[in-house]
Amino acid sequence: MSRIAKAFDHGKAFIGFLTGGDPTMEKSEEFLLEMARAGADLIEIGIPFSDPIAEGPVIQAANVRALSAGATTDRIFELARRVRNKTDIPLVFLTYLNPVFIYGADRFFARCEEIGIDGIIVPDMPFEEKGEISRTAADHGVDIISLIAPTSEHRIANIASEATGFLYIVSSMGVTGVRSEIKTDLRSILKVVKENTDIPAAVGFGINTPEQAAEISGYADGVIVGSAIVRLVAQYGEEAGPHIYEYVRQMKDAIRDK
Amino acid sequence: MAKGRYGVHGGQYIPETLMNEIIHLEEAYEFYKNDPSFQAELHQLLRDYAGRPSLLYYAEKMTKDLGGAKIYLKREDLNHTGSHKINNVLGQALLAKKMGKTRIIAETGAGQHGVATATAAALLGLECEIFMGKEDTDRQALNVYRMELLGAKVHPVTSGTMTLKDAVNETMREWTARVNDTLYVLGSVMGPHPFPMIVRDFQSVISREAREQILEAEGKLPDVVMACVGGGSNAMGIFYHFIPDEQVRLIGCEAAGHGIHTDKHAATIAKGKPGIFHGMKSYFCQDEYGQIAPVYSISAGLDYPGIGPEHAHLHDIGRAEYVPVTDEEAVEAFEYLARTEGIICAIESAHAVAHMKKIAPSMRQDQSIIVCLSGRGDKDVAAIARYRGVKIDE
Repeated sequence: MSRIAKAFDHGKAFIGFLTGGDPTMEKSEEFLLEMARAGADLIEIGIPFSDPIAEGPVIQAANVRALSAGATTDRIFELARRVRNKTDIPLVFLTYLNPVFIYGADRFFARCEEIGIDGIIVPDMPFEEKGEISRTAADHGVDIISLIAPTSEHRIANIASEATGFLYIVSSMGVTGVRSEIKTDLRSILKVVKENTDIPAAVGFGINTPEQAAEISGYADGVIVGSAIVRLVAQYGEEAGPHIYEYVRQMKDAIRDK
Repeated sequence: MAKGRYGVHGGQYIPETLMNEIIHLEEAYEFYKNDPSFQAELHQLLRDYAGRPSLLYYAEKMTKDLGGAKIYLKREDLNHTGSHKINNVLGQALLAKKMGKTRIIAETGAGQHGVATATAAALLGLECEIFMGKEDTDRQALNVYRMELLGAKVHPVTSGTMTLKDAVNETMREWTARVNDTLYVLGSVMGPHPFPMIVRDFQSVISREAREQILEAEGKLPDVVMACVGGGSNAMGIFYHFIPDEQVRLIGCEAAGHGIHTDKHAATIAKGKPGIFHGMKSYFCQDEYGQIAPVYSISAGLDYPGIGPEHAHLHDIGRAEYVPVTDEEAVEAFEYLARTEGIICAIESAHAVAHMKKIAPSMRQDQSIIVCLSGRGDKDVAAIARYRGVKIDE
């Protein structure tokens, strides 16, 4: 069983996101490990990009902080290696296609394999364009995590049937960011997903309270939280560690036994 | 691999949230492209409202002064709203209306596309919101007010470098938040398929007219056709119907800012590398890790780190040449055209005039050049004065 599959085999999964290198490489390592220690089941590490078109203001600002502090793809690989040396938690990169394309897909995924990165999420790579990296990623044992949006409709079946790792169900229209209310009919989307694949499906975009997490994990296999965690880094800077631990622990508690 | 490829370039690299809308747009466009009543309506708007066909003007005085090839100017600056942007915007806004959309959104650099979009929205009764880099709203304050007069809401974009690329980012973000009633009226031959094709088709009216006009005036094809290139819409427009005429040299003039040996330029073909950004594979100014580079040009309309995918392909196959032109050369050409022909052109277009000045004298007098004068220069007068150290009250 893959590390990603294991993350979903003992109840609902909590997936936490942080932008790599925010606010510094050292602190970023500490924060990622805090998430693991607090009970996160899977960790997404953002490789910062200058123009993250799918991100709202909170994660945009994290990208700027990380790049200003000198984050590069190579340094994020080193960060991921240090995290991997200390924990067996599944690690998934989130980045845009250009950093991967410029690094060279083969070189990029060879490094992922060598370090032990389990998957990759690319928000600007829809189903039609995944041929750009899918074979190379598969050759190196890295799952491409596909996204399904509230507007996907008849595309859901195709995306789900070819999905690997887990499916990322986008809860809302627009960009990432904390939302007070999620209006999309996620149950109907998940029903079509489940008719087409056995791999787990987690919901992200906008989730920030334990109540939201509990409700959504009532019907999804996991919840993904990004902006609400990144916001703690914006708020507390280098002192964010304990706050991240406390927040992730609370969120994980909320979805336990769902 | 998806549709909309120009060689290896193009494609549809966008968030899943937009995919169905983009597919829907392509289907709608393919239908209306072949719909005689849509085409008749668009033709009427271009003629009666935008003022087409635009003139192909023989610049006799400049021709004599340069002493070489005959210079013709394709006067897109004389269109309603003062640039070629109206050609595309009337097409897309009409398409939006046919698709049942009630709201259009757009990015703008210099403000020409924003003004054109706001104009079409006013005419066709559509709600309109424009995203413009904060730096550009400062550089082009008059155009901001112009858009507001036309009933549009202008959002200054404060993310990133606060210029055109960031305005595109923010417009895409807005579109992912609200697709049902909204069409993104993209201003150049860039972005995900079908935009490069749609914008090129709507702009190709420029070369359809220019080809007929030059044949009538000269009895033969021109030797050179040239235009400035940011994203590349006026260049694609004036190139398109000349592409099969292999004896016609096509030249795109990129913004070299302070010079391509400095880090202050926007010369994508000269200095960029292949990449994937803003929905397309093409050439981009970027660093060794693929971070999109901050670019610079005196011209807000050319201040973009990428180039349309069809241009990237024309470059790859050697069908078109792309040359860098500095701020200083463009400003000199701006002043030269004003003095010589009594035409104040956009600083964007002045990049093409500048390169024309370099090549025309060494050409024969029986040869001819068409320069696309993409826009008029009223918007740039204050900036040129600042560049020359002249203090004026606006």
